[in-house]
Amino acid sequence: MSKMTIKTEGDRFVVVTRRFAAKPEAVYRAHTEPTLIQKWMLGPEGWTMPVCISEARPGGKIRYEWTMPAGGGFYLTGEYLELEPCSRIVHVERMHLPDPTPDNHVETRFEPDEGGTLMTMRMTLPDAETRSRMLASGMEYGMEASYVRLDGMI
Amino acid sequence: MKEPSQAPTLNAAFLALSDPTRRAILARLSLGEATVMQLAEPFEMTQPAVSRHLKVLEGAGLITRRAEGTKRPCRLSKAGLDAVDQWLAMLRDALSKNYDRLDQLLVTMKSEE
Repeated sequence: MSKMTIKTEGDRFVVVTRRFAAKPEAVYRAHTEPTLIQKWMLGPEGWTMPVCISEARPGGKIRYEWTMPAGGGFYLTGEYLELEPCSRIVHVERMHLPDPTPDNHVETRFEPDEGGTLMTMRMTLPDAETRSRMLASGMEYGMEASYVRLDGMI
Repeated sequence: MKEPSQAPTLNAAFLALSDPTRRAILARLSLGEATVMQLAEPFEMTQPAVSRHLKVLEGAGLITRRAEGTKRPCRLSKAGLDAVDQWLAMLRDALSKNYDRLDQLLVTMKSEE
């Protein structure tokens, strides 16, 4: 059973939802306090986040640096735009690979849901092409490719 | 990132996939090999227009073409599709792993209250 959903909306949005068995206050804190972020926002197995700056106030800076087990790494920078404690975060972010990717505008909502929290993260990309390059059409296509695999046609 | 040599191909692949007509062409090719003429028909496009899309898909490593007389039938490229699949699987995997770790962290936070 997958608790996470990822879907596209229009041609510039990607929406991720996930339920957590904790109150919105706790999930919000885990998304904004550096020492907590460093414990879970790590990506694939073995990666670490030695640097985590998260200034949770409008205009505050965001900087996450990841290190991979085989050496090397990359970082993300961003800025907080709006914060409604325990319920809503709006920020922009970009990856540096090392060239910066186009700005990803992210609104994350935390709503009480049967004793836990429903998180809805809505990403807005600058244009349809960027979104497609990031993931959306790729996923759609990834699924098509899986069907093809299933049928053993390639 | 981990394999820098793979990045340009993946960028080209995602750029190629950003166009709905090209995605439709790939879906058609998932049914089997097709010539430019066969591909042009359902899309109500001229053959040169289809050829331009095929050139992008070929450059991105998503299709291959072979020579058969004057025709150059196209088919999906397994290697190109595998690269895209792996990238997507990695992304989905990274997100779910993050949230599974967050579940654990939330349990710890609750017990510390």
